[in-house]
Amino acid sequence: MSDSLSLVLFSGTDDKLMAAATLAAGAAAMDRPVNVLLMFWALDAFRADRIATAHGLAYDAARSRPTEPVEKVGALPWLETFRQAKEIGEMSIRACSGSLDTLGLDPTELDPIVDSAGGIASFLMAAEGGQILFI
Amino acid sequence: MPATITESELEAITADKVVDARGAACPGPLLEAKKGMGSVPVGAVIEIWSSDPVTKSDIGAWSAKVGHAFLGVIVADGYERVLVRRQK
Repeated sequence: MSDSLSLVLFSGTDDKLMAAATLAAGAAAMDRPVNVLLMFWALDAFRADRIATAHGLAYDAARSRPTEPVEKVGALPWLETFRQAKEIGEMSIRACSGSLDTLGLDPTELDPIVDSAGGIASFLMAAEGGQILFI
Repeated sequence: MPATITESELEAITADKVVDARGAACPGPLLEAKKGMGSVPVGAVIEIWSSDPVTKSDIGAWSAKVGHAFLGVIVADGYERVLVRRQK
């Protein structure tokens, strides 16, 4: 049994990415290997030209609730938290090659925090025996 | 996590490093603790200052998982001082 934590990130809103970054950093601090796979809107959020801009909030948060505190901080907290996770522990962030293709993105267009582009089989091999979360 | 030493013994410890994470929310203090621990030798004590009340239990869980010795908590004015000895 591996004690790795693998996160499949699908959503690209700042709130969900902050939750994901918190989990990733916590696991890295606890010496658990962390594998992150970026798909669809999460992958889009890691585009170098837009990573520091606001990415909105999940739909269910946008109803009759004060969202300004989250909106005003934008992407910087989650990006910084992912950076710290890498600094203190063992974490790889890979871009799903299928999503790159669907979104018409080249790996060179992504923020350098993304380590590589990869297929689903290599991610599942890295994740094998540990926990996998879909966010 | 119960402290294994008394409060006065805890007060008498001089930390080798103070990590001031006051004002940071979870997971900030934990990440700062992890970084701080990497900068001291085995056997040294670090002291994490946090205004987040969950930090002490988080640092306790982290210490147990990673293998450091959680020494205890000293309540200060508006924050807590969490002491951990590096074991490995």
